[in-house]
Amino acid sequence: MIRVVLPPHLRKLAQVDREVKLDVAGPVTQRAILDALEAAYPMLRGTIRDHVTHRRRPFVRFFACEQDLSHEADDAPLPDAVANGAEPFLVVGAMAGG
Amino acid sequence: MAKIRVLVGTRKGAFVLTADGRREHWDVHGPLFGGWEIYHLKGSPSHPDRLYASQGTSWFGQVIQRSDDGGATWEAVGNRFVYDGVAGTHQWYDGTPHPWEFARVWHLEPSATDPDTVYAGVEDAALFRSTDGGQTWHEMPGLRRHESAPSWQPGAGGMCLHTILLDPNDTGRMVVAISSAGSFRTDDAGATWRPINRGLRSEQLPNPTAEVGHCVHRLAMHRSRPDVLFMQKHWDVMRSDDGGESWREVSGDLPSDFGFPIDVHAHEPDTIYVVPIKSDSEHYPPEGKLRVYRSRTGGGEWEALTRGLPQRDCYVNVLRDAMAVDSLDACGVYFGTTGGQVYASRDAGDSWAPIVRDLPPVLSVEVQTLA
Repeated sequence: MIRVVLPPHLRKLAQVDREVKLDVAGPVTQRAILDALEAAYPMLRGTIRDHVTHRRRPFVRFFACEQDLSHEADDAPLPDAVANGAEPFLVVGAMAGG
Repeated sequence: MAKIRVLVGTRKGAFVLTADGRREHWDVHGPLFGGWEIYHLKGSPSHPDRLYASQGTSWFGQVIQRSDDGGATWEAVGNRFVYDGVAGTHQWYDGTPHPWEFARVWHLEPSATDPDTVYAGVEDAALFRSTDGGQTWHEMPGLRRHESAPSWQPGAGGMCLHTILLDPNDTGRMVVAISSAGSFRTDDAGATWRPINRGLRSEQLPNPTAEVGHCVHRLAMHRSRPDVLFMQKHWDVMRSDDGGESWREVSGDLPSDFGFPIDVHAHEPDTIYVVPIKSDSEHYPPEGKLRVYRSRTGGGEWEALTRGLPQRDCYVNVLRDAMAVDSLDACGVYFGTTGGQVYASRDAGDSWAPIVRDLPPVLSVEVQTLA
């Protein structure tokens, strides 16, 4: 079971509590998590990554295990602690004014 | 008794203001979607409890919300706005070609007859349509395929399609306006479009009377007379009596002919309203006096409407989509400011009072008159 923490605006949009739990088939990568997340919560499509290119939106970051994984390849394996559910995968709205 | 519902979009959420037909006591519901920019909300004329809202932030992009109970509850619907075919380029600020990139929905225009059909004017300028209540969106690509499109340039606020007028008598005719390309009209339900800017004069252009490139801020039309169009341009208030084939200036004796919104009285097609702004860089009212100007002659001769509006030290702006009218017998007029006030007049503009004073900056105001 993969644990995903969404930023407050997206939690409200998806109407979920703090953490989302997802079943991810196959290798646990950013792409696999986001595919599973968007399948379970279609209203999040386009809010984390582009609908067509699947590029991460510029002000969104991915953290886990105290690391910034935002610039990792979409299909790179995520840390074991994320894959086994010990640590959450954090979707973060970048700190910026506004 | 009739009921009035005012839909207010702000920089940090949406608000729904309601009153009975006396329009004396208002309930304020909100903020909805707190923290998100709400560029525009609008209700279906045929099913008034069906509302659409454009929600977005720089962080998480565009979301479209739909309500089927007058704004009590909402559902996120489709937000996939993808340009048809090869997106192509328009002109960037430095004159170079720039790929068309979707940024946001500026304006939502529901069909007059079908609550599931709604048009979206977007940045970078294009027109989209949904026929399934906002679940899916498809570009009407004829507009962007006009031969002039590669030369269109963004204004300071982005290259937005901000006005959509649906002709009530002719389902094939629509008029849109783009900053800063100008006004365009289709007579074949969007298959082909042509610029309708003859008579506009913009000294900021190398050719002041060019066919395209004018910074049109807003268009307005009265349903009883769709061939008569009114325009607030970057500078100049304009009027067309032939569906946009030609325009003439009707700024007349306004203290400034710069501004953003323009609207028409619900029952008097020649009574129009503008809010003069001092200049295109200052963006506040002349002399610090917030004045709506009304013309009862379709332009040319204007009167200042000041009763109840601040007449000193007022330096707010009124944005292009932030004025609307109700359709009660004594026409109500409403507008919102960048200072967070929403003002209402129950007597066609003779006097004004704030409904709310301290909202986030107001981006849009729409009004529904409910039976």
